[in-house]
Amino acid sequence: MSALINALSTRELAEIDDEISHAPYRSAVAIDALKIVQAHRGWVSDESIKALATYLEMSAAELDSIATFYNLIYRRPVGDKVILFCDSVSCWIRGCAKLEQHIGDRLGIKRGETTADNRYTLLPVPCLGACDKAPVMMVGDDLHENLTADSIDAILADDSTSRGEHD
Amino acid sequence: MPTIYIDGQAHEVSEGDNLLQAALGLGLDLPYFCWHPAMGSIGACRQCAVLQYQDEDDTRGRIVMGCMTPVTEGARFSLAADRAQAFREDIIESLMLNHPHDCPVCAEGGECHLQDMTVMVGHRDREYQGRKNTHRNQHLGPLIHHEMNRCITCYRCTRYYRDYAGGTDLAAMASHDHVYFGRHEEGVLESEFAGNLVEVCPTGVFTDKSLVHDYTRKWDLQSAPSVCTACSVGCNIMPGERYGKLKRIHNRFNHDVNGYFLCDRGRFGGHFVNSEDRIPAVGKRDGDGRFSAVDADSAVSSIAALLRQGKTIGIGSPRSSVEANYLLRELVGAENYCTGMSAQEGALVQHALQQLEQSQALVPSIRAMESADAVLVLGEDVTNTAPRIALALRQSVRNKAYAMAADLRLEAWQDAAIRNLAQDQRSPLSVLSVAATRLDDVASHTAQLCPDDIARVGFAIAAELEGALPAVDLGAELAELAKTIADTLRSADIPLVVSGTGCGHSGILDASAAIARALTGPDRPAQLSFCLAECNSLGAALVADGAGMGLEEVLELAAQDGIDNLLILENDLFRRTSCSKADSLFQAAGNVVLLDTLTTPTCDNADWVLPTSSFAETEGTLISQEGRAQRHFPVFNSVAPIRENWRWLLDIGHCAEVATCKSMVHFDDVTTSCANTIKTLFGICAAAPAASSVPAADKVPRQTHRFSGRTAMRANISVHEPRQPTDEESPLSFTMEGHSAEHNGALLPYVWSPGWNSNQSLHKYQSAVGGALQGGTAGTRLIEPGDIDAAQESSGSTAPALNAGEYRLVPLYRIFGSEEMSVRAPAVAQLCRPAGLEMPASVAAELGVSNGDGVTLTATTGNVDLEVTINDSLAANCVGYSHGVSGTGGLVPGSATKLCRAENWQRAPELIGTDRGATTA
Repeated sequence: MSALINALSTRELAEIDDEISHAPYRSAVAIDALKIVQAHRGWVSDESIKALATYLEMSAAELDSIATFYNLIYRRPVGDKVILFCDSVSCWIRGCAKLEQHIGDRLGIKRGETTADNRYTLLPVPCLGACDKAPVMMVGDDLHENLTADSIDAILADDSTSRGEHD
Repeated sequence: MPTIYIDGQAHEVSEGDNLLQAALGLGLDLPYFCWHPAMGSIGACRQCAVLQYQDEDDTRGRIVMGCMTPVTEGARFSLAADRAQAFREDIIESLMLNHPHDCPVCAEGGECHLQDMTVMVGHRDREYQGRKNTHRNQHLGPLIHHEMNRCITCYRCTRYYRDYAGGTDLAAMASHDHVYFGRHEEGVLESEFAGNLVEVCPTGVFTDKSLVHDYTRKWDLQSAPSVCTACSVGCNIMPGERYGKLKRIHNRFNHDVNGYFLCDRGRFGGHFVNSEDRIPAVGKRDGDGRFSAVDADSAVSSIAALLRQGKTIGIGSPRSSVEANYLLRELVGAENYCTGMSAQEGALVQHALQQLEQSQALVPSIRAMESADAVLVLGEDVTNTAPRIALALRQSVRNKAYAMAADLRLEAWQDAAIRNLAQDQRSPLSVLSVAATRLDDVASHTAQLCPDDIARVGFAIAAELEGALPAVDLGAELAELAKTIADTLRSADIPLVVSGTGCGHSGILDASAAIARALTGPDRPAQLSFCLAECNSLGAALVADGAGMGLEEVLELAAQDGIDNLLILENDLFRRTSCSKADSLFQAAGNVVLLDTLTTPTCDNADWVLPTSSFAETEGTLISQEGRAQRHFPVFNSVAPIRENWRWLLDIGHCAEVATCKSMVHFDDVTTSCANTIKTLFGICAAAPAASSVPAADKVPRQTHRFSGRTAMRANISVHEPRQPTDEESPLSFTMEGHSAEHNGALLPYVWSPGWNSNQSLHKYQSAVGGALQGGTAGTRLIEPGDIDAAQESSGSTAPALNAGEYRLVPLYRIFGSEEMSVRAPAVAQLCRPAGLEMPASVAAELGVSNGDGVTLTATTGNVDLEVTINDSLAANCVGYSHGVSGTGGLVPGSATKLCRAENWQRAPELIGTDRGATTA
């Protein structure tokens, strides 16, 4: 049990408690709680699942079945930023396959992989809701539209500069 | 009865069925996966697609799912239409995309529903060229093997495990093409009913691990109708044998008892049959104390000579058949027969029997329990003493949901809709127990109380129902609880009280009977059920016929006069009494003759040991806690010199010229003689047909018509195939010739039908889908409601008061560990823990101990050291010992005990990351 005591931070617990206060029963906030943990840690580990399940009065299997159902709850570590690259129909028509290849070449990773420096994880996503500006992708929280090989280079360069400023 | 038209043909079908049920019931083949007769429809797999037509003029029709379509008057369907057939074939093809072509090495092969359905739809050629998904399998414990690649995502496993059996640690993970059925992390499946996954899964994802490791195809198994001996419920089973070994146990459908499901103790515990601890030879102890093997016949005549010489006490056994106990009683005389139970347990069983016989309440079958709409469990940890009943009670709480559904005119098979409608609304289930139970999660009211208080609250409930004042003052909280529970029972249509001998407290039985009596009215049949300790507890008590000594009386007799001979039938006395008492009994007895299957501590004290067949190698009648007499038949013959228990006793009887034995030759003669001698057992002959009832040429085959390798399997001994053994004792034969379908339900050795190789072929044997077997429900009930229901005198409190520094000793039960024989099955043994003492943290604090420490328990029969486990759900001042686990034989349930920290206790080495430790509520 002792391993579980500190598995969730006070801050996470406070945010989860806030969600619980609006819910009819504790396990109803399962998805929000998973998002909270992911926001703080980048991903949701097995230990977090167990601790959360206990806290939400549900079984770990039940919570894990929810966590694994959603593509955007990460059950494995991801890089500092996740690139969600749309490969749905509009982006596909507009040639996203080539662009994905381009990103892959630039970062040295394939879809589902994380760069060696742990900066980026590249994941396909079935739509970002911006089909009129296809092809599109998200880098972290930012949406990038009308992608070209050049704009992708610029986005990645900008991102690494801005990151450099913060470091 | 609506008339529907299937492919132009008019059929009368049952009102309220869905089309899939109706079609199967009509004998039509319609493939399906997600539907299960006990779990209803969700329409997930799309396999039972048919065409439905608007009216006579509609020639086009539309695709509907058979399992989700109610049959209505005049409805028109087509199963054979090209479009429906093509649709079903496409579905199979899509399900097969990721299914490996590993049938030759799959344990499900030959009894695989997926194989059957694939052949049925005619999908032969795989056109898919892509890569197949592969998964990592999980270690799910010693009982169940996991092979996730074979999954076709029908969701039956989680629907069974979570929705039906209440398990929480198996779930569907991920989505679309990655769906994975497993645990959050590797580990033993927690549900006591996980083994049913083996039969519920339509393919080979969940298979029986011991069968996987020592494999035989279904068609090569020799099977016979049998009855589980692992508790008092008497579930019907189909053990399968090959090469003289028990290979696996499958569920044998009994509409009124186990239905489609078994518990894991029953399914996996039977493997003790293959144990290396089987007694291999007839043994006589020499002067030097060692056994030497002797000839069986000379042993029989020597033992018969002993019986003729002196006074012989016969110790029977609640785990032996009625026939064996009866023969023992005849050999030694009724006045010298002991039921083999302790005086306390014997008295409790006798008391329970009396209550059941006199009560106007109905002793319900398991199926009847499922229909109860308010249940009270009084003092019994049902999940661990009579597990199958716990599964039934879990279904009973759904009656509220079915009632809500009926209001909306939803059919009961609309599983997803009804679950969605009811959410967590349940029929009332109240559990009063000494510690938290595994049914508490669906209970409406729970309380953990000491046995005396459980009885008091029980009487208060009865008083409340009768509008009387409770006899004792319970305090406001318990009085309120009693009132609330009484209200739930009063407003029910079918109230059920479940109790038993688990607490070792007769007041609890009395209270249960009093509640049932108060509930019984002219238009309302209350139900009363008692869980008993062993598979034939009731049978042994009935054989005693109101007399019959308890073990303590035998001990006294031995201490006073000595005993010339002690004839012990399949009983390990060290489980029933303390070591010192058992030792003194053996010292006082001149000759100790033991008949048993496995070596036990009692074996070490016997002068003669006769090896007996296990349940899988002999016939016998067992009386379940429902009072149902059921017959089990040998699956295979045991190897000489092992003989059936009844045969040894009969042989001894013949040799000793016991009068009643003279006219008996066959097993059925014993049954008949017993039925004619003991009035209450008159019905046992009807438990199953006698051997003579079936002409020799028409016997039921134990082997399938595809049984292979009869010569090859013993080619290492001789290439000449011997004659198959004949069976003169039962209506079954050891051959593959003949047909099994048209016989009595008690004689069904396996299920198979053309095109239906899996256990799903069962519906071909049922009168209606999910209904009773065409050949009738196996077994015969011996106890029906009595006429007069006189109130019993009851003392209320029977336990001695606690002095300062004393604690109430209560028995705690374990599904794996408390039953004698199942723990000798290797897979089950892996799940057993050593005996321990559970106590609330407050008691642990008083003693200055924590988890893993030892305490010395001062019992009247000597001191016992046990390991401490903190269990905060235990009632105040109660400490619970692991009943039935080695080392606790002398502990008396309900006694007052002193505890102290054990001197020189060695803590077990602690492993990092184990789950050893507290079981909290």
